[in-house]
Amino acid sequence: MAVNYSAKEEADGHPAGAGPGGGAATGGGGAVKTRKPDNTAFKQQRLPAWQPILTAGTVLPAFFIIGLIFIPIGIGIFVTSNNIREYEIDYTGIEPSSPCNKCLNVSWDSTPPCTCTINFTLEHSFESNVFMYYGLSNFYQNHRRYVKSRDDSQLNGDNSSLLNPSKECEPYRTNEDKPIAPCGAIANSMFNDTLELYHVENDTRTAITLIKKGIAWWTDKNVKFRNPTGDGNNLTALFQGTTKPVNWPKPVYMLDSEPDNNGFINEDFIVWMRTAALPTFRKLYRLIERKSNLQPTLQAGKYSLDITYNYPVHSFDGRKRMILSTISWMGGKNPFLGIAYITVGSICFFLGVVLLIIHHKYGNRNTSADIPN
Amino acid sequence: REPPPGTEAYIPQRFPDNRIVSSKYTFWNFIPKNLFEQFRRIANFYFLIIFLVQLIIDTPTSPVTSGLPLLFVITVTAIKQGYEDWLRHKADNAMNQCPVHFIQHGKLVRKQSRKLRVGDIVMVKEDETFPCDLIFLSSSRGDGTCFVTTASLDGESSHKTHYAVQDTKAFHSEQEIDALHATIECEQPQPDLYKFVGRINVYHDRNEPTARPLGSENLLLRGATLKNTEKIFGVAIYTGMETKMALNYQSKSQKRSAVEKSMNVFLIVYLCILISKALINTVLKYVWQSEPFRDEPWYNQKTEPERKRNQFLQAFTDFLAFMVLFNYIIPVSMYVTVEMQKFLGSYFLTWDEEMFDEDTGEGPLVNTSDLNEELGQIEYVFTDKTGTLTENNMEFVECCIEGHVYIPHVICNGIGLGPFKGQVTYYTREELFFRALCLCHTVQVKDDDNVDGLKKSQLSRRSRIYISSSPDEVALVEGIQRLGYTYLCLKDNYMEILNRENNREKFELLEVLSFDSVRRRMSVIVKSSTGDIFLFCKGADSSIFPRVKEGKIDQIRSRVERNAVEGLRTLCVAYKKLTAEEYSNAQKMLQNAKLALQDREKKLAEVYEKIERDFILLGATAVEDRLQEKAADTIEALQKAGIKVWVLTGDKMETAAATCYACKLFRRNTQILELTTKKIEEQSLHDVLFDLSKTVLRHSGSLTRDSLSGLSTDMQDYGLIIDGAALSLIMKPRQDGSSGNYRELFLEICRNCSAVLCCRMAPLQKAQIVKLIKLSKEHPITLAIGDGANDVSMILEAHVGIIGKEGRQAARNSDYAIPKFKHLKKMLLVHGHFYYVRISELVQYFFYKNVCFIFPQFLYQFFCGFSQQPLYDTAYLTLYNISFTSLPILLYSLMEQHVSADTLKREPSLDVAKNALLRWRAFIYWTFLGVFDAVVFFFGAYFLFDNTIVTSNGQMFGNWTFGTLVFTVLVFTVTLKLALDTHYWTWINHFMIWGSLLFYIVFSLLWGGIIWPFLNYQRMYYVFMQMLSSGPAWLGIILLITVSLLPDVLKKVLCRQLWPTATERIQVKIFFCVISF
Repeated sequence: MAVNYSAKEEADGHPAGAGPGGGAATGGGGAVKTRKPDNTAFKQQRLPAWQPILTAGTVLPAFFIIGLIFIPIGIGIFVTSNNIREYEIDYTGIEPSSPCNKCLNVSWDSTPPCTCTINFTLEHSFESNVFMYYGLSNFYQNHRRYVKSRDDSQLNGDNSSLLNPSKECEPYRTNEDKPIAPCGAIANSMFNDTLELYHVENDTRTAITLIKKGIAWWTDKNVKFRNPTGDGNNLTALFQGTTKPVNWPKPVYMLDSEPDNNGFINEDFIVWMRTAALPTFRKLYRLIERKSNLQPTLQAGKYSLDITYNYPVHSFDGRKRMILSTISWMGGKNPFLGIAYITVGSICFFLGVVLLIIHHKYGNRNTSADIPN
Repeated sequence: REPPPGTEAYIPQRFPDNRIVSSKYTFWNFIPKNLFEQFRRIANFYFLIIFLVQLIIDTPTSPVTSGLPLLFVITVTAIKQGYEDWLRHKADNAMNQCPVHFIQHGKLVRKQSRKLRVGDIVMVKEDETFPCDLIFLSSSRGDGTCFVTTASLDGESSHKTHYAVQDTKAFHSEQEIDALHATIECEQPQPDLYKFVGRINVYHDRNEPTARPLGSENLLLRGATLKNTEKIFGVAIYTGMETKMALNYQSKSQKRSAVEKSMNVFLIVYLCILISKALINTVLKYVWQSEPFRDEPWYNQKTEPERKRNQFLQAFTDFLAFMVLFNYIIPVSMYVTVEMQKFLGSYFLTWDEEMFDEDTGEGPLVNTSDLNEELGQIEYVFTDKTGTLTENNMEFVECCIEGHVYIPHVICNGIGLGPFKGQVTYYTREELFFRALCLCHTVQVKDDDNVDGLKKSQLSRRSRIYISSSPDEVALVEGIQRLGYTYLCLKDNYMEILNRENNREKFELLEVLSFDSVRRRMSVIVKSSTGDIFLFCKGADSSIFPRVKEGKIDQIRSRVERNAVEGLRTLCVAYKKLTAEEYSNAQKMLQNAKLALQDREKKLAEVYEKIERDFILLGATAVEDRLQEKAADTIEALQKAGIKVWVLTGDKMETAAATCYACKLFRRNTQILELTTKKIEEQSLHDVLFDLSKTVLRHSGSLTRDSLSGLSTDMQDYGLIIDGAALSLIMKPRQDGSSGNYRELFLEICRNCSAVLCCRMAPLQKAQIVKLIKLSKEHPITLAIGDGANDVSMILEAHVGIIGKEGRQAARNSDYAIPKFKHLKKMLLVHGHFYYVRISELVQYFFYKNVCFIFPQFLYQFFCGFSQQPLYDTAYLTLYNISFTSLPILLYSLMEQHVSADTLKREPSLDVAKNALLRWRAFIYWTFLGVFDAVVFFFGAYFLFDNTIVTSNGQMFGNWTFGTLVFTVLVFTVTLKLALDTHYWTWINHFMIWGSLLFYIVFSLLWGGIIWPFLNYQRMYYVFMQMLSSGPAWLGIILLITVSLLPDVLKKVLCRQLWPTATERIQVKIFFCVISF
């Protein structure tokens, strides 16, 4: 930017910034008629001001600097993104060959649950902590009717909302004259497939420990979502008088065996309740922690995924995926950001060069000779 | 007051009481009436509809989002209007309760003004204003006159003389007045301040009533002030809302500025965009939903009532819901901001020290801030001459008697009148001339013991002060005084003068044939002490010469013309001697005409015409009216800025032309084209017009050739002089229907003339000219400036009307008032320019920022199943226009100076003419920039979020984080875009721009930091913090802001480099000057 700090001539010697503020603009008008207006820099529109102008000369360095900063950042992001290991399996079972094809038309209340196993091979080992996601496609969690179909005060443990949920929950508000807890379409359609991961080595399957805590935002788990309060900690008693969501096999107080992961503060539930922005989304399912510094979290090799297939997606042409991913400081694999940075940086650099040429070719004409009058 | 029995049947009429009600509301009807008034505005009504739609149907955003801003706007406006109305109530009360002296049963009683009734007799003391329209009965002055200023009515601050009714002027005590029995007939109330006809019948004990005519000279108007008269008695005839002042309050038409008009056009465009967006989305929604698994998948089922709803009704509701979702594209706050900008911005005009006039202690006055930006758009300036271009401070220069020139100050030096003294033939004429000047006027004498602070104070060294409605008359009487003849006073209809030998001479004043602008002359009939009856007449040469039968016409005419060329105001003086018989005839005719209730004006004019003829020419006078300081400089600057200056004056051609030369409207090399009565008499109007247009067009043709070959740069200036008669010929529609022809031709000529002088204009013709130009095919913006009542019509006609010097209070007819003509320069070239640049940026920027705001929502519909899911949280939707992005642009639109004020004065022609900054090209550029930015925001965020992880702890973000990211980029981009446009960074700008960004961050932290107890949703809880804790979100925000600002920066730099506008060249020039020093 131009360094053109011209403090305009101030006849009265008011120091910079002595003009009355916005308040004077509304207040001082009435008396003006009769007496001479104040000679303040503000009223005379003579406040000292910095007057930059965007000329090729001043913008050129900015373009080069942006180019020089953005390109390395972009390269950094791109490299980081490429170093991230990500593995994705579609287990919807659309293809007849898929082991899960038999479960394709599963419904909510099928007993016994349909299970299937998919085997896969990791070509590269996953060195750091691995995050296990499930992904859904063509699932409109951001549909307006869906997004608003929840009652945040019920989820926050408010007892009156527990028994009298918000109207927004309709048509998932009551069932057989009993209030549904948690009410609403979001809760009702909670993802309920169970995924288990096994490392297959010489035909022996070793279960990989999947940690189910720490997948939801800390603030959600500890502040926004709370179980209803009352005498004792018996969730069954606290949820007395409510009924389970229609599609759920079990009531909310039986989601998990551990008391600090049960009821409304069940992390799988909390994760599901954060509605996704786009119709294709993934949600964090489990964490796989690196055990020791010597071994990678997931070695390259054969694995098998056991799926308890409860969640029907075929009816709306949806897809289900399981994603394993490592995470860097900038999140998961995302080539977009790196490429975008490199592109923008290069464009800026290129524009800088173009401007430089233009500046040299036309610059003199502009600055000295050709000014009229 | 009951008439005595025996008069014709008196039908009692209901008269209003004397309350003046200027307030619009009462305490009770304020809320409903104000709301009704406000919702009559189309914009408010639109927002009300949106709000109601939100209340009635199930819409994506809560009614709060549009209800709150609307409530804010309505409340602010209501408070403002309520306050103004409260002030009016207070003023009304003060006026209605101010004490008035009544005569009741012969005693003086004090009562409140509002209790005054028609027929009450009122006493008014000096410097009091009249409580209602009064018929002047008697005054403390012996001659039954009083002086009045009507400054608050028509802006003429000079003293006017009013005359008491002849029969009652002798009543001086309360008892005498109370004994009066009379009836008054008068016309129905009408707003014309200068017209009144009525009749008073005075009943003497048992005699037949004597009828007297009443004219406007007997009428004292409410609002006028009594001056130099101890007290008067009057009878109330029009009270309350029927007074002429109250009737004049109404009917001031609203003027709309060009910016406002383009703003409304843009609004319509945006409304179309809005409707088409909603339509597209509705159609797509139903196309998309046609498959049931999309319309109602198992996880997201409808309620029973929703399912059963009629399809078409449902579609219509959906359409409305989309309208509501996108309605922010037309922001409520734009109206508020524009109004605030205009209101607050106008203070800079009144604050301007350079436009403050030390002499009068007055600064500029802004009556309507609606037209601020129009000041920068002026293409034609119509100016009055007398009092506007000139000082209206007359100085007697010389007189010419029978072809011999007398100059007052020569005589003062004791040289004397020289050769003519004693020559009998001349003696009488010369004597008569001086007597004529001493007698033929309406000047009043005020003794100097109680000098008030009027502008006449510079004359206080003399023994007496002359007061008159016409400064010319004062100058003449004073000039004559220096020549040895002093007008002493008018006492009991005798005018006394002191002649050169210090002898008092007495003349009985028989009749005054008062001045009017149509006759352009006035006469008096006096009877000398010897019993001779003289009629003295003075007036414009054109109205005197045709009536002269004797005298040295040629010599005097040549002198008059010579004086006129020098820019002096000339008057001719003539007389005739009347026999007693002639006089009684004349008197009878006058009396009849004055008594007429209908067409009195016309009849009087006919009588005057009969009486004022067969004059003997005595001589002529010349009075100088000096140019206002810097008038020439101002006109030059205006012309340099491409503004065409027209002078419209009632003066004669030569005088006016001389003034025009003096103020550099015409220069030496200006070729003068004349379109005057004289020329038209020689040739036909047709030929003259065609000749002129040929001249002008040939010139313009050669000009283009010259400029092409680059040979000649000094162009031939043309100046046009046209007079009133010629103009009316041009304007007159012709029988064959080709009236347009002449007008077009005339306009064509005018367009090619750099300066036009219209002389001999009647007030209405002035307005006609303004209208003609205003409605010509380019629709230029016009400004009229004048100082007196005769300019009001053109001031009302023009886009912007300005009143100078005289009309302090009459300024209510004007849009702006400035103390001096020279202030016009800064007003138009600096303030007007700034206002225009500021408001055009304001309007464009508002549309831009709302496109940026709403277009991502539109795009989001494609990804959420056209379900009207809002992208942003309710708080963001509500506050975006109210607080996050409102103050920086408001401040910009108050403070921006893209070039300095001094530069603007030096280089006035900086491309803003013809609404340049609000043309379609600029509008489309801004809109596309908005769409581009919106696309960048949305798809940037989309690709950032699409099926990937953006946190370093593996947790996922939801739709609200997505919206918040877009919103953050949005707020930063639009604010930084404004920062890029700001050329004038004061500390306040820094404070506002960075302050509002900081406010956004602080607000978001707070909004997401707490579980808000009274909200039924907590969707924003910790969303903003979580977003900020993510590295990619930061990188994404920075990237997207850069990308959105890049094209605008690039466009600015390239345009400046390759096709710089005049403004940009100046900026660069200044810039380099600063760098190099």
